[in-house]
Amino acid sequence: MANTTQGGTTALELGLAWAFVGIPLVLGVLQTLINTMKLFY
Amino acid sequence: MSLLSFLDRNHTIARPGFSRWMVPPAALCVHLCIGQAYAYSVFNLPMTKLIGITKSAPDDWKLTELGWIFSIAIFFLGVSSAVFGRWVEEGGPRRAMFTAACCWAGGFFISAIGVYIHTLWVIYLGYGVLGGIALGIGYISPVSTLIKWFPDRPGMATGMAIMGFGGGAFIASPLSVWLMSRFTTPTHVGVAETFIVLGIVYFFFMIVGSIIVRVPAPGWKPEGYVAPTQSVGLITRNDVFVYDALKTPQFWLIWWVLCLNVTAGIGVLGQASAMSQEMFPGRITPVAAAGFVGLMSLFNMGGRFCWASVSDYIGRRNTYFVFMVLGFVLYCLVPYTGSVGSVVGFVCAFLVIISMYGGGFATVPAYLKDMFGTRYVGAIHGLLLTAWSMAGIFGPVLVNYIREYNVTHGVPNAQAYNTTMYIMAGLLVIGFICNFLVKAVDARFHMQENDARGSEPGATAAGARA
Repeated sequence: MANTTQGGTTALELGLAWAFVGIPLVLGVLQTLINTMKLFY
Repeated sequence: MSLLSFLDRNHTIARPGFSRWMVPPAALCVHLCIGQAYAYSVFNLPMTKLIGITKSAPDDWKLTELGWIFSIAIFFLGVSSAVFGRWVEEGGPRRAMFTAACCWAGGFFISAIGVYIHTLWVIYLGYGVLGGIALGIGYISPVSTLIKWFPDRPGMATGMAIMGFGGGAFIASPLSVWLMSRFTTPTHVGVAETFIVLGIVYFFFMIVGSIIVRVPAPGWKPEGYVAPTQSVGLITRNDVFVYDALKTPQFWLIWWVLCLNVTAGIGVLGQASAMSQEMFPGRITPVAAAGFVGLMSLFNMGGRFCWASVSDYIGRRNTYFVFMVLGFVLYCLVPYTGSVGSVVGFVCAFLVIISMYGGGFATVPAYLKDMFGTRYVGAIHGLLLTAWSMAGIFGPVLVNYIREYNVTHGVPNAQAYNTTMYIMAGLLVIGFICNFLVKAVDARFHMQENDARGSEPGATAAGARA
């Protein structure tokens, strides 16, 4: 999957990069889902 | 290293060992921020009470005046992506992302001044013009970079980024509401302060993206990937110069395919709340309709990633055939769901339709890459986005005016959308025909190896890897 060799991208860098964009997105989607479910029930 | 040098394409060439999976988060940093545009409406109501605070005063802005802010921004999205497409492609993703960050944050700061001095044209200029330019440049900036990093899965790669544009509203909406609640006092509506904070946050996010992003070194390919040695079907091994693409029938056929697919989706997206309540009076309440709109936004975002990924397996043209055929069937079914009172059928039909609306946006960069090669795909994509601007006018007009016409001619509210649904289905038939007519681009449009217009920027700058 990742073309990582010595001196290249580390798993930590990769994890941080994805967390940087993933956490706000997941929180936003969860918030929308919670609101949506509340509205339907 | 000077700033200009840092932004240069040559300094974004990846060193050996750089993981290509760092590039989608870089693209998402930009797309999640500019996706805020879909949530701009949360500011509309507070901005009608900037003077009156609890209710609109006579000197407060009207909703109709404020509606122009979003329209201007979308118009400039199409214009800037078309005008700056080649500049973005040749200058590299970092320079484009940095420029988009400056324009986007600058748009918010200027708008904050507009709110502070209560002058609407300043907001038109800030969020509308400058923000719209940021939308256009930011939207296309990572597309060709992602396609070059993921030649084996171009649909999935661009789908991830464009999914971010759909998902930006999920972050922006609650964040903006929370910020306004923090800055609002009994004597003041905190819109200007919210704009300033959003400008700072988005600038930081987009700059991080521009720092992370890299372009692959010339000749790089994923481990184990064997590039086809010759064109297969619609997938070309050649590149077409950006302005030569405009001379091909394929560009205009795909332009119409996108325009018709977006027209069919955008009209119902804007009217989903009102339409669901009118078609099912008493059964879908305003509260439930708001939930339905939220669910549609989720499917809009999810469809971008899912359909674009599917296109890697079944092909771009086949994916659009699915959009057109399935969309046709579902649009024809919507009036039936209304007549038999099937809320579940209605909701399911629209969720699938809206997923295909998002999927149309996300699949088209890979479609263009198949047809015109990777060299100028970002710039060609920018030109194609004018179809979006056009659809943004067609779609809502079709839905609103036909409904209005029907209601004034005695058609019950519950059936007022039926004609529109059949027209949308008809548009998809035209889209199907356009898609059917797409063939491989004629060889006379292919760039030659010694074509001076196509010298890959940075191809000779081996010593400048980041």
